Amino acid sequence: MGWIGDSIDSIKSIQIRQLLTQIITLGIIVSSALIIWKTLLCVTGSESPVVVVLSGSMEPGFKRGDILFLHMNEAPIRAGEIVVFNVDGRQIPIVHRVIKVHERRDTGEVDVLTKGDNNRQHDRMLYAKGQQWLNRHHIVGRAVGFLPYVGWVTIIMTENPIIKYVLIGALGLLIITSKD
Amino acid sequence: MHSFGYRANALLTFSITILAIMCTMGSLSDNFNSPTPTSQVQVLNINWFQRQPNGNDEVSLTLNVSANLQSMFTWNTKQDFVFLAAEYETPLNNLNQVSLWDGIIPSKEHAKFWIHTTNKYRFTDQGHNLRGKDFNLTLHWHVMPKTGKMFEDKIVMTGYRLPQEYR
Repeated sequence: MGWIGDSIDSIKSIQIRQLLTQIITLGIIVSSALIIWKTLLCVTGSESPVVVVLSGSMEPGFKRGDILFLHMNEAPIRAGEIVVFNVDGRQIPIVHRVIKVHERRDTGEVDVLTKGDNNRQHDRMLYAKGQQWLNRHHIVGRAVGFLPYVGWVTIIMTENPIIKYVLIGALGLLIITSKD
Repeated sequence: MHSFGYRANALLTFSITILAIMCTMGSLSDNFNSPTPTSQVQVLNINWFQRQPNGNDEVSLTLNVSANLQSMFTWNTKQDFVFLAAEYETPLNNLNQVSLWDGIIPSKEHAKFWIHTTNKYRFTDQGHNLRGKDFNLTLHWHVMPKTGKMFEDKIVMTGYRLPQEYR
């Protein structure tokens, strides 16, 4: 009977080792994605280094589904720059162009007015009630780079969560079942 | 080892890598272009100039803008965003930038232009410092690429002055 017990043991040990390898592979993939993201955060200095354009307000420059790379540093904000800003009471940040800048002599604080290239009116209507200007702390970053179409992946996934779960499930299955 | 899945994966990875390299090279090639744009702006008329009820000065100008920006178009240029800003200093602010006019240039053929216009956006000050104020008119441009890095630069034109009195 000895050889049967031996072979069962060997099969068991192979499966456990294989399972461990799969788990570690999965862990490496997840952690390297996290490392890349956090490195981007450090390098760009912006809390969201990559944004997807969701509206057509900057057409024909930026279309829905394009990706923008943001950068944030101490350099002053100037007219013409494309900035991403948050407005109190609004969930989603907005990507628009600066058309007016007033920079204080004593404090260096800036009053900024923005407008979408494709909009007829400036953005005071979009700001919080009674807000006339954007200040430094509203601004998340300025756009420095551009990649077309890639953002459609995230738009499709957020609008159809089922696709997202199916995709994640399929990828997970692929990683776990793949041999070597 | 040579299953359909592996081959499909390899093909996909390879094509994405090639696409990424081509995009990067396209963007980098913009650096070889050193544009030499020219521009002239004339203030033809001060249409009106007054203090608003809230205490801020506002002025309306008629401008004549001519520019030749053809040299900044490369094969990676999707469009060129141009705007004319009035820039000046006041006791309160060390920089005021007020965009007066802007336009989108879609192609090289449209990059040599001449336009006669009133200011598209309101020229208002924070306060009432505009009487007799010297200001610069600066033509800024932001080049939007088909892919990659965005570029910007400007031409500063000096020696403009607003009248001493409201009108």
